[in-house]
Amino acid sequence: MSATAWCWLVLLFPLLGSIAIALGFKALPAKVAGAIGTVAIGLSFACGVAALVSLLGEAPDARHHASSLWDYASVAGLDIKLGIFADQLSVFMVLVVTGVSTLIHLYSYGYMQSDEGYHRFFSYLNFFVFSMLLLVLAGNFVLLIVGWAFVGFASYALISFWYRRETATRAGMKAFVINVVGDIGLVLAAFLIFREIGSFEYGTVFAKAPEVFSTNEWSVTAICLLLLVGAFAKSAQLPLHTWLPDAMEGPTPVSSLIHAATMVTAGVYLIARTHALFVLAPTAADVSAFVGLATLLVAATIALVMTDLKRAIAYSTMSQIGYMVVGVSIGAYSAGMFHLMTHAFFKALLFMAAGSIIAAMANEQNIDKMSGFGKAMRFTSITMLCGGLALAAFPLTSGFFSKDEILAYAGARGGMYIVFTVLGYFGAFLTAIYTFRLIFRVLPGKPCPEAQELIDTGHVHHAHPFNPASGEEEDTDVGFPGPEHHIAEQSAPMRVAMAVLAFLALVGGLIQVPGVDDVIAKWLDPVFADSPLTAIHPSVEWSWIGLGIGAVISLAGIWAAHLLYVRRPELPRSLEARFRGLHTFLFHKWYFDEAIDFLVVRPALAIGRFANRVFERFVVDGLVTGTEETVRGTSGVVRAVQNGFVRSYALLLIAGFAGLALYFLISSS
Amino acid sequence: MNISWYIVLSSLLFATGVLGILIRRSPMVILLCLELMLNAGNLALVAFSRMVGNGQGQVFAVIVMVIAACEVVVGLGLIVAIFRRKLPLNVDDLRELRG
Repeated sequence: MSATAWCWLVLLFPLLGSIAIALGFKALPAKVAGAIGTVAIGLSFACGVAALVSLLGEAPDARHHASSLWDYASVAGLDIKLGIFADQLSVFMVLVVTGVSTLIHLYSYGYMQSDEGYHRFFSYLNFFVFSMLLLVLAGNFVLLIVGWAFVGFASYALISFWYRRETATRAGMKAFVINVVGDIGLVLAAFLIFREIGSFEYGTVFAKAPEVFSTNEWSVTAICLLLLVGAFAKSAQLPLHTWLPDAMEGPTPVSSLIHAATMVTAGVYLIARTHALFVLAPTAADVSAFVGLATLLVAATIALVMTDLKRAIAYSTMSQIGYMVVGVSIGAYSAGMFHLMTHAFFKALLFMAAGSIIAAMANEQNIDKMSGFGKAMRFTSITMLCGGLALAAFPLTSGFFSKDEILAYAGARGGMYIVFTVLGYFGAFLTAIYTFRLIFRVLPGKPCPEAQELIDTGHVHHAHPFNPASGEEEDTDVGFPGPEHHIAEQSAPMRVAMAVLAFLALVGGLIQVPGVDDVIAKWLDPVFADSPLTAIHPSVEWSWIGLGIGAVISLAGIWAAHLLYVRRPELPRSLEARFRGLHTFLFHKWYFDEAIDFLVVRPALAIGRFANRVFERFVVDGLVTGTEETVRGTSGVVRAVQNGFVRSYALLLIAGFAGLALYFLISSS
Repeated sequence: MNISWYIVLSSLLFATGVLGILIRRSPMVILLCLELMLNAGNLALVAFSRMVGNGQGQVFAVIVMVIAACEVVVGLGLIVAIFRRKLPLNVDDLRELRG
């Protein structure tokens, strides 16, 4: 079978799984539903591997195929096909998405077991995977937008999964609204592309773009900036990032899959996919790179002070996506995609470990209340440590190779791009500190009461169900987390998923060691061959020097975290007291929520209130009642004639008739 | 044959009918006046028919009679219905349909 046929099957299985679970939620036992969901994604992954094998059998330059099943819309010169595009980049994404999704489904199989909405969860999750695959496999911009909107919906549905928690439904709405801002950008970009090039098909657009546009022409710059609006909203880059930390209201597997490993990297994929346009608009590419840099630094500083375990990891996700955006914007395409892959491994793993710990804490997420889980949950601690090491770019772990490759490329490109290398390394230092801040505060030390209970009795702590965000009490019926919590130590599926990811987080980077194998770069390079930026290569020596610097910085960060949080735990408090203003500023997340509230939400509300009080009352109401009064007034005159006297009707009739007769008599004589 | 006399008579009859409708209040009399107007028309039709010399006008007159008969049936039926309900037989009092 051809690669495209396998790719259609990749799309088919999650869709079937989602529909089967959704329709059969009454008939299917919970375990069967979970199994269907997991197996569907597993089959999808198998088909992805088959597509990879099929592409490997061809010459590197011929590894791109478009295929369409039927016409999606065919009117007035518009010919949009329901088509997919299988090339190295999309198959790479398919493998990352389905691979990580399979493991997270497996994890959810155990983690969500006591939840009343088990079927619903797996149906949504399968639908999300289908949407994400549609997004990465789409062969034209229209289908891309369809997939883009679908993942937005799936994200909304899963953030608000515990729909009776008000904080969760609010977070879902916030995510949806901000994502729609991005959707608008993407749709406008597609309109502009169609106006300038006359096609939506990837192949046509990217082939014609160099002929149609001259470098930095306003139209191509506008297209790229609009694409960036879409990418930034989906990938939580400044200033459209505020939804991502709030999205942690969803169940932890959702945070792991959607808000760390796959969906939020869609923006990175979009920039890489449309690199042919960004090459023609270097200004837009630079804007993108600087926004990525700003995001990675801002998010890293916020992650330093967050006390909520999941939110801290969410800010770390933002920061790491900042690295990827920098990578694909400055031309380090394969390095950016490589970081996307390794990040998917270690960040999904970190969330899984966090989920296991939060379950042991009976849904409490505040790290101030956690300690000593190293003794209570050995397996979770070890996997969390693996994920943390990879995130902190500890030498020879996966994050170590991928992050440094982006920074080495920025250095090789020279000029102002040195900034990215320098500040990128600074970001890496912060990354190591905040990662090990979490680990040192949660794992070692004297066990907290919940951890002690686990050690003593072997049972997970059982608290009265409450909402960790607002503190309000909850019953455990549908729409709230179930009464029982599941930790990795007591659930085999969770352990398998975490073990596989821990292995990948540690050694996944070895497939692309500078000067040794470069598997990812060799695989992806034909896709980006048309970009002049791929001619720039950091030399192998410089790459290794960069890796050396990265190793030193990572170890320095871990040492600093050890000093601050283990050896002298009173030091953070005194620092906090001395830099009270800075701490408050960071703790309030640079006041982005407040700024957006002030600049966008309040003016919008004020306009709405004005429209309601003034416009609605005087203009709209005036028009409606004015029309009514006019009709009533005019009809009053006519109504007077209808007096009910037969004689007066007869008189009118006769007078009219006599008038007509007179008129004809006079006009004929 | 001088047609003027016929037309004058017809006009007088028609005017009588109109006057009756305009000034009388009993539905019975109004119905009679309507008949008077129709028959004034019939008289003119027959007179013109004689003047022209063919029977077409007379055919029209017969048709008008048929219509007049139908109208009387409906009109008298209404009057009987009004009488049965003990409503006043006065068109000025029966003015519920005023606007």
